Amino acid sequence: MAAIGSRRKEWGVDALDQDLAGLDRLELPLTPAGSRLVALWSSAWPKLVAVVAVVAVWQVVIWSGWRPEYVLPSPLAVAERLVDDLSGNDLPAAIAITLRRAALGFGLALAIGVAVGLAIVASRRVRVAAASLVTGLQTMPSIAWFPFAILLFGLSETAILFVVVLGAAPSIANGLISGVDQVPRLILRAGHVLGASGWRSYRFVVLPAALPSFVSGLKQGWAFSWRSLMAGELLVIIAAQPSIGVRLQFAREVADAPGLLAVMLVILAIGIAVDALLFGTLERTIRRHWGLLEPRR
Amino acid sequence: MSALVSLSPAEPVVFPTAPVALRIEGVRKRYGPRGNGVLALADISLEVARGAFVCLVGASGCGKSTLLNLVAGLDTVDDGRIERQGRVGLLFQEAALFPWLTAAGNVELALSLRGVERTDRKAKARELLDLVNLSGFGDRRPHELSGGMRQRVALARALAQDADLLLMDEPFGSLDAMTRDLLHDELERLWLERGFTVLFVTHDVREAVRLGDEVVVLTSRPGRVAERFEVRFGRRGRAANPGVGALAAEITQRLRGEVRLHGRDR
Repeated sequence: MAAIGSRRKEWGVDALDQDLAGLDRLELPLTPAGSRLVALWSSAWPKLVAVVAVVAVWQVVIWSGWRPEYVLPSPLAVAERLVDDLSGNDLPAAIAITLRRAALGFGLALAIGVAVGLAIVASRRVRVAAASLVTGLQTMPSIAWFPFAILLFGLSETAILFVVVLGAAPSIANGLISGVDQVPRLILRAGHVLGASGWRSYRFVVLPAALPSFVSGLKQGWAFSWRSLMAGELLVIIAAQPSIGVRLQFAREVADAPGLLAVMLVILAIGIAVDALLFGTLERTIRRHWGLLEPRR
Repeated sequence: MSALVSLSPAEPVVFPTAPVALRIEGVRKRYGPRGNGVLALADISLEVARGAFVCLVGASGCGKSTLLNLVAGLDTVDDGRIERQGRVGLLFQEAALFPWLTAAGNVELALSLRGVERTDRKAKARELLDLVNLSGFGDRRPHELSGGMRQRVALARALAQDADLLLMDEPFGSLDAMTRDLLHDELERLWLERGFTVLFVTHDVREAVRLGDEVVVLTSRPGRVAERFEVRFGRRGRAANPGVGALAAEITQRLRGEVRLHGRDR
């Protein structure tokens, strides 16, 4: 050790340490510490402006008297109705039923999509047989499955879940497959050199590398499953299960326009909340960690 | 002819002067369909003594990267043998860090794949990052580091494998000149302190003379060993030694000769 110590000095190694540290400091970009609150506000206000604009147009249409109030109620009337319904018992109960179905359907789609995706990724033969089928399934409008699902399972929750899974699972499987396909060769080679082969290569290299694409697949899968679920709840009306879709249908039948629009707002809000808050945040976090996002300016 | 008759020539007797870290014997590698493919390596033989720093230079198509892939076990030889001692690490032109892990996480994964206990990994990774002068950067993601820093994390990751033989495939090729100079010093220091063996591929002859104990010139299409140059300058202050330039010029001439042969073929 003493030999190394004296050699360090003799060779000017301590100077090398400083040179490297200096270069590192110069090469790293200066990142001004921005306030989180400011960043949040700057991304929120354009969205607020858009919402205000839509409501304003809606109000202008009301003032124009294009349709009578009992068919097209004003924003204020709908907002009042929404607050009323949300503080009552029926709408929250309906939301609970629908959300339970959404979670169950998406969970099943996740399990099946991941299983199918892994099978296709792992075996060349399965891929040849099934990959185009999965993509084909994705182009099938899920509402077209309902007559068949009702024949198979009757007017039951199973029929709804069947279609929700068929709508979402192909997207989830495809996200996983394309993620694995797009893992750069260099990353695979680096993993191999480090000793990750066989299942360890999947566990430590391939699957983590496929994550961004997988999350995109999840997001798309959620959009499909939410649409399928709404279509299903409108078509498959089950007694004693007053879901959101049932309320929507019921509101139309009794010509309750404010109630109908209030339920539509709830559907919109849930869709956006899950898409943006849950999957959007997940996607952004991953992309930021990987350096796939432009830094905020 | 009887199949039982063995006609193998007598094995040459070798008296190695130093223990050998890598022995490449008569290796051939062909790509593409049989009879119609490209011969990347033709009968290449090379010995690297343990602890040596050997640089390979060659023009395009000399099969440098093919050779490193074969030695690293990423590909298999068509003919010939490759014997190596101990663990092998490989550095690429790109750092090839895993973007989902931090700098320390990359090093820790290498430790984990080598079988180092979970409890020891954190301290060990920090030690290795200290070694490549990246103390305090362990929490950074690869994209938050400069190119030179990423390459040093890759170096720390290779050291985490406790590699006895470090293969380097133009590792500094994409860095600016200032960074490259500093990393030459850094690599040389680590090599001196740790005593691993290096096989370093580059197209930059000056870099080869700056770093190597020996510079091996390869022919192109197919790759063969054309000539070996021993670098006799001391390591201290070698970068500024005027002899380095002269030797680099000589080797470049040799390399040009190889390239010229391919021009004449047409």
